[in-house]
Amino acid sequence: MSYNSVVLVKQVPDTKAVTGKAMNDDGTVNRAALPAVFNPEDLNALEMALAVKAKHGGTVTVLTMGLPSACDVLRQGLFRGADRAILVTDRRAAASDTLATSYILSCAVKKIEDVDLVFCGRQAIDGDTAQVGPQAAEKLGFPQITYVEELELDGKTITAKRGVGSGWEKVQCQLPALLTVLDTANDPRPAVSRQMMWFKKAKGPTEVKATGGTDADIESLRDRGLLIDEWDLDHLEADLQWCGKSGSPTKVNRIQSVVLTASEHKSIEPTDDGIRELIHELIEDHTIG
Amino acid sequence: MIEVNRNGEVWVYAEQIDGKLADVSLELMGRGRELADTLKVKLGAVLAGRSVSEAAKELGYYGADKVYVVDNDDLGIYQTCSYTKVICELIQKHKPQIMLYGASHIGRDLAPRVASTMRAGLTADCTDLQIDDYTEPKTKDVHKNLLQQIRPAFGGNIIATIINYDRWPQMATVREGVMAMPDKDLKKKAEIINEESYITAEDLPLNILDRHVAKKKVNLKAARVIVTGGAGVGSKENFKMIWDLAHVLGGVPGGSRAAVDLGYIDHDHQVGQTGTTVRPALYIAVGVSGAIQHVAGMSESSRIIAINNDPDAPIFSVAHYGIVGDYQEVLPKMIKAIRAKD
Ligand SMILES: Cc1cc2nc3c(=O)[nH]c(=O)nc-3n(C[C@H](O)[C@H](O)[C@H](O)COP(=O)(O)OP(=O)(O)OC[C@H]3O[C@@H](n4cnc5c(N)ncnc54)[C@H](O)[C@@H]3O)c2cc1C
Ligand SMILES: Nc1ncnc2c1ncn2[C@@H]1O[C@H](COP(=O)(O)O)[C@@H](O)[C@H]1O
Repeated sequence: MSYNSVVLVKQVPDTKAVTGKAMNDDGTVNRAALPAVFNPEDLNALEMALAVKAKHGGTVTVLTMGLPSACDVLRQGLFRGADRAILVTDRRAAASDTLATSYILSCAVKKIEDVDLVFCGRQAIDGDTAQVGPQAAEKLGFPQITYVEELELDGKTITAKRGVGSGWEKVQCQLPALLTVLDTANDPRPAVSRQMMWFKKAKGPTEVKATGGTDADIESLRDRGLLIDEWDLDHLEADLQWCGKSGSPTKVNRIQSVVLTASEHKSIEPTDDGIRELIHELIEDHTIG
Repeated sequence: MIEVNRNGEVWVYAEQIDGKLADVSLELMGRGRELADTLKVKLGAVLAGRSVSEAAKELGYYGADKVYVVDNDDLGIYQTCSYTKVICELIQKHKPQIMLYGASHIGRDLAPRVASTMRAGLTADCTDLQIDDYTEPKTKDVHKNLLQQIRPAFGGNIIATIINYDRWPQMATVREGVMAMPDKDLKKKAEIINEESYITAEDLPLNILDRHVAKKKVNLKAARVIVTGGAGVGSKENFKMIWDLAHVLGGVPGGSRAAVDLGYIDHDHQVGQTGTTVRPALYIAVGVSGAIQHVAGMSESSRIIAINNDPDAPIFSVAHYGIVGDYQEVLPKMIKAIRAKD
C-alpha cells in the first residue's frame, strides 16, 4: 500500500550562527540578525517521509505554521521532492506556545485527507523543547513514537527503532501515527536542481500580493501547481480560545541575555615551576589529595 | 486543566525502569522538597509500574512525604499512552500545584503528552526552579508564589523565566545532573497511597518488540575529578594524554561535543547541555573553547582549570586557573608534578 505523509517543518533562527555580526554592543544576541533556516531535524523528518514515498508510493505534504516568510522552508521541501506545501498563518496565532502551536497544527492535519503518517523533527533549535510532536499526537489522538531512527512499513503496521540514550527499542503500532525523528536517522538529501528551477517560483498568496501581484497571478500559479496553500484559523475551524495568547498557558516573565564576561582567574605560567605551584595549591586546599 | 489550587501539593514524577528509580527523579526530590517547604505544602511522588513497592519506600528516604503508587501488571514497561492516562487521573483527583519530570527520554516523551491532555503549561529543560510573585504588567494583578521556570533558550544565548498563572498544574522538566542529589536518609518514611487505574488495550497502542538498554559505561556525575578534552586535542591518539592525566588524578575523562563528534571519545563522556551536567571538585578543560552549551554543563564545578593556547578563549571566563599554552607541553608537566607529590 502507499502512504500519505505530512511533515511538520519549522523555520528557525540559526542559533549556531551567533557570530560577531549577530551580537549587540552590550554582548547580547541580536535575534533579528540571525539567518532563518530549516530546522535541522525537520530535514531528517522530511528525508524519512521522502524515503517512504520512494519505496511505497504515496504523497508528502510539508506543513508549517509561521509568518509568510516561512514559505522559504516550504519551497525547500518542494525542492527535495514534497508534493504539496501548506502555510498556516494568522495574526491570531501569534504568541502561541507549544500547546497552542500543536493545537493549530493538529487542526491543519485534520484538514488534510487520509493522513497515514505525521513526521516531526525531534526538536527545534530555537527552543529545544521537543514538545510540539507529542502534543500534536495527543490532539490528533494518534500514538506517538519519539526518537525514531529506522522505520519499516507493512500494510497498516509500522515498526520503528527508537534511540533511547544509551540504547534502543523496537516498537510496533498501527497507522495512523506520529513520529519524531532524530538527526542520526539519515542523511537528508540536498535540493534537486531541476525541482529547484521549477519550484523557486512557488509562492503563497500573501507573498504574491506583497510583491504587487494580482488575483490573476495567484490563479496562474495555482494552474501551474506552484501555489503554496495558505490557511488561516477560520479555514482550520480552530477554536480561538485554544490559539495564540489565550491558548498558551506558559507566559514569559523575563528574558535575560547571557553575557560572557571575563571573571577573575589566576594565570598560571606554563612552566615546570608554575605548574608545580598550581598542583601544590590544589593539594593544600584538598581539591586533590 | 485544573484550577489554580494554592493548597495543592508539589509532585515529582518518579521514573523507573524495571523497578529502579532514575537518578534524575531522586535529584528532583531535593528541589521539590525546597519548593514544597517554601509553599508550606506536602511533597508527593507519583510512581507507576509493576512491583514497585521497594522503589516507593526509596522515595521516602529521599524526602517524599507521600508516594502515590499505581502498581499494575499492564504498566510493566513504559508506554506513552498508558502512563499519561495514569498521571492525568491522579492530577485530576488530587490537583497538585506543581508537577516536575526528569528531562530524560521517558520524561520528554511523557510530559508533553500529559500537558496536552490536561491543557496545562510545560517548560522543558529548566536549569533552575524558584518560587516568586508575579505582577501582570497590564492589569497589575499580582499572582503570588508562582513557579519560576528558568531555562536557556536560543541555543543558550538567552535565559528565559517562564510562568504559568492560570492553567495548572505548573509543569516543568529538568535534565539529569542539574539539581543536586539530596542525601538518602533511611529514617525518613513516606505515606504510601495505593491508587487504581484501569488500563485497556486502547491505552497500549504500542507493541514493544525488543529493547536493548546498555548501562552507561562511565559515571561522570560521581567523579571528583574530570579532565575534559576538546577539539583542540587534535586526534584520538593525542587524547590518550587526557586519559593519562585523568588517571593520575583518580578522575574520569570527559569530552566536548566537538571531541565526541570527531570520534575522540564516546558520547557517554560528553559534558554540556546535550551531554551530562557535572559539578566535580576539579574540572580541567583542555583544548576546549568554552561554548555556552559546554559551560552550561560544568560551570558549577568547585575548581576549574582551563588550558588553551588562545588567551581570548571564552573558557577562561569561567576558569579559576588559566594556563595559556600548548596542552602538549602543559599536560606532561602536570602529570610529572602530580606524580612527584607522592
Ligand atoms: C543545541 C546545541 C547543544 C550543544 N551541546 C553541547 C554539549 O552538550 N557539550 C559541548 O561541549 N558542546 C555542545 N554544543 C557545541 C558547542 O556549541 C561547541 O561547538 C563545542 O562545545 C565546541 O567544542 P570544543 O571547545 O572542543 O571545540 P572548538 O570550539 O573548536 O575549540 C577548540 C579549542 O582548542 C584550542 N586549542 C587548539 N589547539 C590547542 C593546543 N595545542 N593546546 C591548547 N588549546 C588548543 C583552541 O584555541 C580552541 O579554543 C552544542 C551546540 C548546540 C547548538
Ligand atoms: N510552527 C511550527 N510549524 C510546523 N512544525 C512545527 C512548528 N513548531 C514545531 N514544529 C514541529 O515540532 C517539532 C518540535 O518542535 P519544538 O517543540 O519547538 O522543539 C519540530 O521539529 C517540528 O517538526
